[in-house]
Amino acid sequence: MKEFGYSLSPSSRVDLDKVDKSKQNRLFALEPGFKKCMSCGSCSATCSAGNYTDVSLRRAISYIQNGQDQLAVNMLRNCMLCGKCLIICPRGINTRNLIRNILNVYGEKQI
Amino acid sequence: MNINGKKKIWSEYQKEIPEDHYFYVRSCIRQNFFPASEKLFLEIVRERLSLDFFETEHHTTCGGIAYHSDTIPQETVMTIVARQFALMTEAGYKNYVASCITSFGLYTEILDTWHHFPELESKIRDYLWKTTKREFQKPEYLAHASDVVYKLRNKIASQAKYKLVNKDTGEPLKVVEHIGCHYSKMFPSKGVGGAEYPYVLTGMIEAWGGEIVDYPERRHCCGFGFRQYLVQANRGYSISNTHKKFESMAPFKPDMIITNCPGCPYFLDRWQYVIKEMEGKTYGENGEGIPVFTYEEVAGLVLGYDPWYLGMQMHQTAVEPLLDKIGIKYNKEEKYLL
Repeated sequence: MKEFGYSLSPSSRVDLDKVDKSKQNRLFALEPGFKKCMSCGSCSATCSAGNYTDVSLRRAISYIQNGQDQLAVNMLRNCMLCGKCLIICPRGINTRNLIRNILNVYGEKQI
Repeated sequence: MNINGKKKIWSEYQKEIPEDHYFYVRSCIRQNFFPASEKLFLEIVRERLSLDFFETEHHTTCGGIAYHSDTIPQETVMTIVARQFALMTEAGYKNYVASCITSFGLYTEILDTWHHFPELESKIRDYLWKTTKREFQKPEYLAHASDVVYKLRNKIASQAKYKLVNKDTGEPLKVVEHIGCHYSKMFPSKGVGGAEYPYVLTGMIEAWGGEIVDYPERRHCCGFGFRQYLVQANRGYSISNTHKKFESMAPFKPDMIITNCPGCPYFLDRWQYVIKEMEGKTYGENGEGIPVFTYEEVAGLVLGYDPWYLGMQMHQTAVEPLLDKIGIKYNKEEKYLL
């Protein structure tokens, strides 16, 4: 291979037609509140773990919607399930249940 | 994808384009990248269609390449543009047509800025007078050269020798159209079809017999991006953009790409070679690349000009497979003789 002094970056493109929706549908059934999220970010703003580690429920939901579920799982592993996000959520989503079910549906271990 | 819905929206973003009496300004880089395109444009409008297009050897770069590379301030570029307008005024023209997309975007941006900040326009008029003793009128109409070809597309089609059709199957060629970002992403109302549904090249392709490919990254930048390319360390961003577009269009198996910007045909053409060297991947048929053309070159091809007269020997990606597919006659031996 010729050396040009620069290289290709991996593409961030997501082809939603190729995303397996079966796990998403299971998650919707387990926590219907998932669909109510309006990405306001209140959960991320109040997150205790987010002050010290890379946790953001808003971003995790966005990852799931884009089919990038492993990014969501890796991020939510740092969640302490303290439930502050549950108190602050203006849409009344059971965020703790949502996080548990994201990890159960997409993660390797059941919690 | 709902094509009928798109066509309906496209039809709502049309603009009036005068057909005749233009002051024409060339691009500073197109003449190096695709040297025959501008000459051909003038030849088609003047000789084939008997229209009045004036150009002067006294015009310069618009300064857009330096402005978008962050090397000169806006007031400097405005004074350069004011001088171009002065040349148009002195020549007695009111319609201004630019060959370059970035020039077109820059002129649009400057006219809009002067509209909102008239004191800045007065300041630039003062600068121009002090430096060159010239005065200017603003153009009554500003067009990009592809707007004019779009307007004249049916007249060109009526004189066409070839159609964008596969001679063996009779099927229309599948064409990817790529619009330069500075055409209508900054000022959507100034481009045919707005920012989301530019119709300027689609209209040409449909009139000349081809079929447009609608693919996911259709509106993505070609990757030039000025600073992304001009600084060598940033070129990874540039080629990654182009790579993303090719990956997106590849499943639709396009026969050719048509563009209306100086940078886009250059990068879509040249980066195919670099991607081949880096990844060993090509996107056309039989291990070939996808040939990339300017709209003037495509107009020249359908009108029956010799491909080597159109400068196609300057392309990195070979055009011969496409010429064979359309049935265009050319002499292989003469490729590098002109």
